[in-house]
Order: sequence, then structure tokens, then C-alpha cells
Amino acid sequence: MHLKYESIVREPLVDGEKDYHQVTEDIISPIEMKPGRMWYVGFFFSVALLLFGVFSVAWAVYWGLGTWGVNKTIGWGWDITNFVWWVGIGHAGTLISAILLLFRQGWRTGVNRAAEAMTIFAVMCAGQFPIFHMGRVWDGFFVLPYPNSRGPLWPNFNSPLLWDVFAISTYFTVSLLFWYSGLVPDFATVRDRAKTKFRKMMYGLASFGWTGTAKNWQRQEALALVLAGLATPLVLSVHTIVSFDFATSVIPGWHTTIFPPYFVAGAIFSGFAMVNTLLVISRKILHLEDYITVGHLEAMNKVIVLTGSIVGVAYLTELFMAWYSGVLYEQAAFQWRILGPYWWSYWAMMTCNVVSPQLFWVKKLRRNIPFTFVMSIVVNIGMWFERFVIIVTSLYRDYIPGSWAYYSPQWPEVGFYLGTFGLFFTCYFLFSKYFPVIAVAEIKFILKTSGESYKKKMKHIEDMTEEEFVHVIETHHEDEEVPHHA
Amino acid sequence: MAIKKFAVACYDDEEVLFPAIKKVRRSGYKLHDVYTPFPVHGLDHALGLKETDLHIAGFIFGLCGTSTALGFISWIFTSDWPLNFGGKPHFSLPAWIPITFELTVLFAAVGMVLTFCYLNQIMPGVKKHVFHPRQTDDYFVVAIELTQHASEEEVVTFLKSTGAKETSVQVAEEGWWYGRWDKQEPYELLNA
Repeated sequence: MHLKYESIVREPLVDGEKDYHQVTEDIISPIEMKPGRMWYVGFFFSVALLLFGVFSVAWAVYWGLGTWGVNKTIGWGWDITNFVWWVGIGHAGTLISAILLLFRQGWRTGVNRAAEAMTIFAVMCAGQFPIFHMGRVWDGFFVLPYPNSRGPLWPNFNSPLLWDVFAISTYFTVSLLFWYSGLVPDFATVRDRAKTKFRKMMYGLASFGWTGTAKNWQRQEALALVLAGLATPLVLSVHTIVSFDFATSVIPGWHTTIFPPYFVAGAIFSGFAMVNTLLVISRKILHLEDYITVGHLEAMNKVIVLTGSIVGVAYLTELFMAWYSGVLYEQAAFQWRILGPYWWSYWAMMTCNVVSPQLFWVKKLRRNIPFTFVMSIVVNIGMWFERFVIIVTSLYRDYIPGSWAYYSPQWPEVGFYLGTFGLFFTCYFLFSKYFPVIAVAEIKFILKTSGESYKKKMKHIEDMTEEEFVHVIETHHEDEEVPHHA
Repeated sequence: MAIKKFAVACYDDEEVLFPAIKKVRRSGYKLHDVYTPFPVHGLDHALGLKETDLHIAGFIFGLCGTSTALGFISWIFTSDWPLNFGGKPHFSLPAWIPITFELTVLFAAVGMVLTFCYLNQIMPGVKKHVFHPRQTDDYFVVAIELTQHASEEEVVTFLKSTGAKETSVQVAEEGWWYGRWDKQEPYELLNA
């Protein structure tokens, strides 16, 4: 008898009668089938969007950044807004795959693969913005500390903008390694099932020759644990450093110590919303409702209401500090945010980020899939406005009233943003077709403790009296030859 | 690297696998390896494997990252090209912490993954023998090397008695080699 089990009071993480083979079938078979019509429509639409983005960027690079609509007062517009927004979205993937691994949250197994794919694609999108914001992008390599013929003149290691270069590139690399080290065994599963030669060859390459010996798995688990331990402070550091881009400056509205935790909370908030957007659709199209259950979505909605509330407290703290500091410029900056010409962006942010997530206190709404989907988009609109508010409405009224300005983006800047959606969804569509969207091995690992059919078998233990249970354990140990599952 | 003969047993449940492994280890047959579709906790102890030292490698790589960042930045800003940033000291450690931290993590992660690949002998293009195509799906596979002291029938009968769902005798390359996974290896014809 298997005595290590999880109470049936907890919702199963895998629904339905399933054995190990069925798990493989359910998750791998979409890779082996021709994708449906919706996939082709979505994929080609994304590629078209991506191509439009490439055109917009090429236009801006050729004619100069003046084509974006930014001006002398408002030098950071949609571009940096989008950068911060995309990086923030990426954070949820690492939170799910790393932080929840350290917290031993079983439900992460259903969603971590897709969430981390999202992280990688979102960081790829984010990276485009600072690169093309350089203007003379062909000199972009100047940010790298390499021995050059100009002295060598090194980059300024004391600058938050350079910290960002290191933070984002490290974050991308580590996320990619973490993600791929989990994918290797699953690729081996696809390889060993492959019926066609081409698939066998490609997944043979992708699986690195993994066969799954006991020692390999032991190392794999050790690697995952340490990478999770590294990724956890890393993900916090990345958005902290992004917030330093603002907080270390002397612009009213930016120069505040609350920024790092406030940015990190906001990042997780928007990231979980994006995970919900993607998974509500993916689970339906790939028929993975048994693995990404309503319980999974509910757990993520709980994180959304928590982080949304933290963000709300941060907004109010900012207002309080502006008033309490007694600094005229700080007070003016916040007064104009709320009532100035950009009032609509401030109130859009407040409504989407602070008010609407509070609806998730209601359990019925947390478990309502269409509502979750709508909310996930509302939250991401709100978080985009948050970055817009922080950036544009801190800059547009300068210290000198003569340089006050208003800013609206022009088509190349909007096209650039749309293009990153194209990049993101092109990658996500390819991922959902060619990669196991759920971590197959990890689901098998939790199947016997958290699978619905296995949990039902444990019901009689919960009904036992204490004496009966002790008796069962004692006889169980006498029969047992090998102590297992230490 | 050599081509050898193996007796192979496939189990369909880890709860059958554990007692079976205990019996195999007691029997004195030469246990080649155990293959599982997912990490089975306690299997390393049942097989008498040592804990992995991979995390120590990670720590050392991390230290390399820390010292690279600190050494490089302090050399540049104090001796190679000292610059005056707003009258602040040339040696301004607090401002270097972010990059130092990032490089520590980067070196530790990259170094550990490379060590992991090296220890497991995995790389794109590497090929290894798969005893059963379902060993990455739902079978727990135990392979016993057949030496001159153990006859084929004897070992197979023994493996069947341990509750194996399927047994077979295979000729296999015991190590790894470079190859394409869609191509059949010459030795595999012997198993047909």
C-alpha cells in the first residue's frame, strides 16, 4: 500500500482516470497531429503582425527616432513603456517555475512549461525596445565591455541603464537554460514515440540523447533546484533594476524608494494575467482541461488579487508620500497625473489594476473561465497604462513651464509595439505545436499523489479512526521489504 | 565503449520496481542501469548511488562570476580608466553590486548546465541505446549485463520472478556515440 498521499480535501491537480501512458498520450499527441485551422489562422496573422513590426522598425531606423513622436521633453514614450510592460509579463513565468518550486507548490507543474515559454518570448520582445531606442542601433555593441580602440573606453558600470543590459541578458539566458533543462527529458519522450523519420531525427537532436537513467534524473533534480534558487533572487533583481532606471533619477514621480517592490509586484500581477490569457485558450484548443484545471486558474487568480492589492497600496503610498514630503514638485507631478491632460491614463490604470481585480475575492468569479479571460486582458491593459503613467506623465511637465509638452505616438512606434505582439505570438504558436506544452515528466511525478483517480483510492484512509490507521501502518511496515519514498 | 549483451526487464509501476531492484542487487548479477520516465524519489538510495555534487560546481562557478565582475570593474574604475562621476569615489562598491550579482548568477547557471551535460554525457548529436521505447513513457526499465557467469535463461527467469511485465535479451552499445536517431545502428540488426 502506498501511504504517501495528499488529502482528498485538496482539489486534484490532474482530473480523470489516468495512468502514466495516458498522460504521455494526452500531452504529446497534439505534437504528432496536424494543427487545426485555427492554428494556421493565428500563426499567419502573427507572422503578418511581426512583418509589419519589422517594417515599422526599419522605417524608424532609416528615418530616425523622430518618426516615433517622442520629443525633447518626452524622450521616453511608448517604447520604454512597452519595454517595462513586456519584462514585467515575463516575471510570472519565473515565479511559477522557480519560486513555486521552492515553495513546493504542486499546481505549478501543470502550467510551468507554458509560463516559462511565455517568459522567454516576453523577454525577447522586451529586449527589442531599448536596443532600437538607441537610435544608431548599429553602434549598439558599444554597451558591451570589450577592449576597444577608443582607449579602451569602458561603459559606465555605475549606471542603472548598463545594469539593465546585464540584468536582462542574464535573465534571458538563465530562463532559457532552466526551461530547456526541463524540456530535454520530454523531448526524449517525443523522440521515442516518433513514427516518422524526420521527427525522430529532430527530437533526437533536441533531446541531447537523454535516456533517463537514475543518475541522470538525480542530477536533473539537483540542477532544477539550484537553478530555481538562482532564478528566484534573479527575477526580483531584474525588475528592481528596471525600476532603478527611474528611481535613481531626480525626476519628480520617479525619485522614490518604493519603486523596486512596487515594480516587482506589478510585474507578477501582469505576468499572471498573461499566463491566464494564454492558458485559457491553450487548454481549450489542445484539449488539456484535465491538466490545466479550473483549480489552476483559480490559484493564479488568487495571486492576481494579492499582487493587484499590493500595487493598489503602492499607488496610494505614492500619493501619500507626495503630500507628506511637502515637496512642491512632487505634489505637482501627482496632481497633474490625476487631473492633468493625461487624466484618462491615470484613471484607466486605477480602474483596471486596483478596482477590477478586487472582484476576484468572489470565489464564483475566480472559477469562472470567461470572466478570468476578460479580467486577464483588463489587467494587462491596466498594467500597460501604469507604465505609461509613470513614464509619460512624469516627463511631460518639465521643471521649466516653457518646455511643457504633450505626446502622442506616431505609426512607427505603434507598429513596433504591434510587431512585438507578432513576435510573441509567432513564438507561442510554434511552441504550442512543436513542444510539450505541459511538463510531461513532472505531471507523472505528481500523478499518484494528486491525480483524481488516485486520490479517490485514498478516501478509505481518511475515513479510518486513529487506531485503525496506526494498525494499518504497523502491518504495512512488517510486510514491506524495501522502505521506499523516503 | 563496447557492444555487450543485456537482459532487460520492464516494470509498469514504481512500487514493483523497488522490491525488484532490491532483489537484483542481492542476486549479485551485474546491474547495468535503471531507466525511468520521470524522477522516482528514493531510487538513487535504493541503487546505492551517491548524492550528486552538482551544486558544489554551481557554487564554484558562482564565485568565479563574483570575482570576475568585482575584479574587472574595480580594475577599470580605479586603475585602467578612472572617471569622475559627480565627485563620487572611484571605488564605489554599492553601485557595482547589481552587475556583480547578475554575473554571479549567470556564471553559476551556465557553468552548472554545462557540467550537467558533461556529467550526463548529453549533447545535441549524441546517441545512446534505448532498451525499450516506453522507458521515457510509462515503463521502468532495469538492464542487467550478461557476463559469462550468468546464463541468459537464468537471468530472464529471475527477472520474470521479480514481477517484470516484459523481458528481453538485447545486444547494445553501453556508452554513447555520435549518430542520427532516425538511422538504425548495425548492431541493432542482431536484436531483430
